[in-house]
Amino acid sequence: MNSTVITAENIVLMQQVSDRLKKDFSRHLKERVIEAILFLAAFLSVFTTTAIVYILLKESWIFFQHVPLTDFLFDTQWTPLFDDAHYGIMVLLSGTITSSMVALLVAIPLGTIIAIYLSEFAPFSVREIAKPFLELLGGIPTIIYGYFALLFVTPLLQKIFPELPGFNLLSAGLVMGVMIIPYVASLSEDAMRAVPMALREGSYATGATRLQTSLRVVVPAATSGIAAAYILGISRAVGETMILAVAAGMQPNLTFNPAEPGATITSFIVQVALGDLPHGSIGYQTIFAAGLSLMLLTLVFNLIGFYMRKKYREAY
Amino acid sequence: MNQQELQALRTMIVVHKRWDMIFGLIGILALMIALMTFTALFADMAINGVGRISWEFLTSFPSRRAADAGILSAWVGSVLVMLVTAFAAVPLGVAAGVYLEEYARKNWVTDIIEINVSNLAGVPSIIYGLLALGLFVYTFGLGQSILTAGLTLALLILPVVIVATREAIRSIPQIIREGAYACGATTWQVVSDHIVPYSSAGILTGVIIGMARAIGETAPIITVGALTFIAFLPPAPFTGEPPAGLFDWLFAPFTVMPIQMFNWTSRPEAAFLANAAAAGFILVLMTLAMNGLAIWLRYRLRKNINW
Repeated sequence: MNSTVITAENIVLMQQVSDRLKKDFSRHLKERVIEAILFLAAFLSVFTTTAIVYILLKESWIFFQHVPLTDFLFDTQWTPLFDDAHYGIMVLLSGTITSSMVALLVAIPLGTIIAIYLSEFAPFSVREIAKPFLELLGGIPTIIYGYFALLFVTPLLQKIFPELPGFNLLSAGLVMGVMIIPYVASLSEDAMRAVPMALREGSYATGATRLQTSLRVVVPAATSGIAAAYILGISRAVGETMILAVAAGMQPNLTFNPAEPGATITSFIVQVALGDLPHGSIGYQTIFAAGLSLMLLTLVFNLIGFYMRKKYREAY
Repeated sequence: MNQQELQALRTMIVVHKRWDMIFGLIGILALMIALMTFTALFADMAINGVGRISWEFLTSFPSRRAADAGILSAWVGSVLVMLVTAFAAVPLGVAAGVYLEEYARKNWVTDIIEINVSNLAGVPSIIYGLLALGLFVYTFGLGQSILTAGLTLALLILPVVIVATREAIRSIPQIIREGAYACGATTWQVVSDHIVPYSSAGILTGVIIGMARAIGETAPIITVGALTFIAFLPPAPFTGEPPAGLFDWLFAPFTVMPIQMFNWTSRPEAAFLANAAAAGFILVLMTLAMNGLAIWLRYRLRKNINW
């Protein structure tokens, strides 16, 4: 029988095969079960988000039955573990904001410059070495950076500013900035690489230099991606824990002066978790209220990022 | 165009070219700052820590006397926690990635899952610690154990594994799937015989990067209540009385490398700081080796695969 010729007999044969496949109930059942299992694995992410929100809200709800919301927002003291307890989240927020500002003042300029350099200026060989290297830098555990901030950067800064205390937000923020550089640089660089060559060629054809092309054509065209990189950098800074817990001193301090020690939302949670708080005590619930504040803070930044991406999105 | 205008134009070109060069230098300088920080960090750890690293340091329990202290319970704890993390995160992450690439229909449920995966990647790690404290420790009653810590870190690195799996799967050309379907394969047969094997190297890269991140995570482990001073080992895996005793180790209290380092860093005595540097040096070497391996694997992958 010649296989290339489709005879009536052949068609019947094929029909039988496909009928058998269709009717094979166990085969279909197995497929369904597997798909359901895979779906559950994927749905775990939704479950995780829901569980985070549920746990934070549940414990915070109990917390807010003891502490009025106005005290939480407007009190200027944070002493939840003392007899005379005050719960002013402002104190922790000031530490978080101050250290994040220092970090971003380092990470955003340096990260952007590195991204522009790697995307528009650097020769191929430099890029090939620098990118994996930045990735390695981003993979170093934050506790290592904390040690480095406390025992290397602080003594170094004390040589320049002798009155700087041993624990301070400044060195923690600076090191945190260096930690964030790889994230900002690598995401911004990806965004700039995605800008089509034709835009650059057009710019060069009118006689622009590399720098002019980078700053006036490539960067504006990649704004939405660069904004996303900055937002990720901000979330990292706000959520960073160990560098601050090690190097910034964990003392609640309402200040915007980076040269002082301070506690942040994250370092407070670590401080409480290191102690021995009984489950269900008010101190135990404060860490969930603090966690909820942190979650809301990152949510705000993510929403801003989402809005920016939508507004400045350039489609090619 | 007269001579004067031409001259002005030439000066302008020279000025702008100079700016080009200046920016190139600034770019190299910025890279150097990152490089120097890294070198300073590595050198500082090495100078202060290498002297403490010895066989005794690796095989001793922590102690009140800095000179006798070691990291035995810390590295054993890290290895066991990583074991749990890998066992949970790899199957779940790969399954989720496969589902999203090969099975998911384009509808709102899929959209919600995708949004959640990318959002979870941006949630601060300490929030995972709070989740685990509320959910695993108190709601499920798993206690402050190796199991809790491993599952927490698994949730933390799940987005990394999912994204890596999806990228690896996406790079497999459509022809492979069509060929298999044309032979009458079911979706699962296509996935298990073709998609997963062909994307395994890419998935492995993602898993290694995720594990490197998990091994250095400190904050969520502290939050679930790892102890900072442990002078005993958990029961050796799979040696207790079967069936329940086999898994005793999962429920043992524990400590891990970064927590041991944190504990030593927060002490004022210089001798303990040297211990911290030594532990940190080992930790850095471990994460660098893992990340380096992943980068090398990816580089090989890019070079070798031509569909």
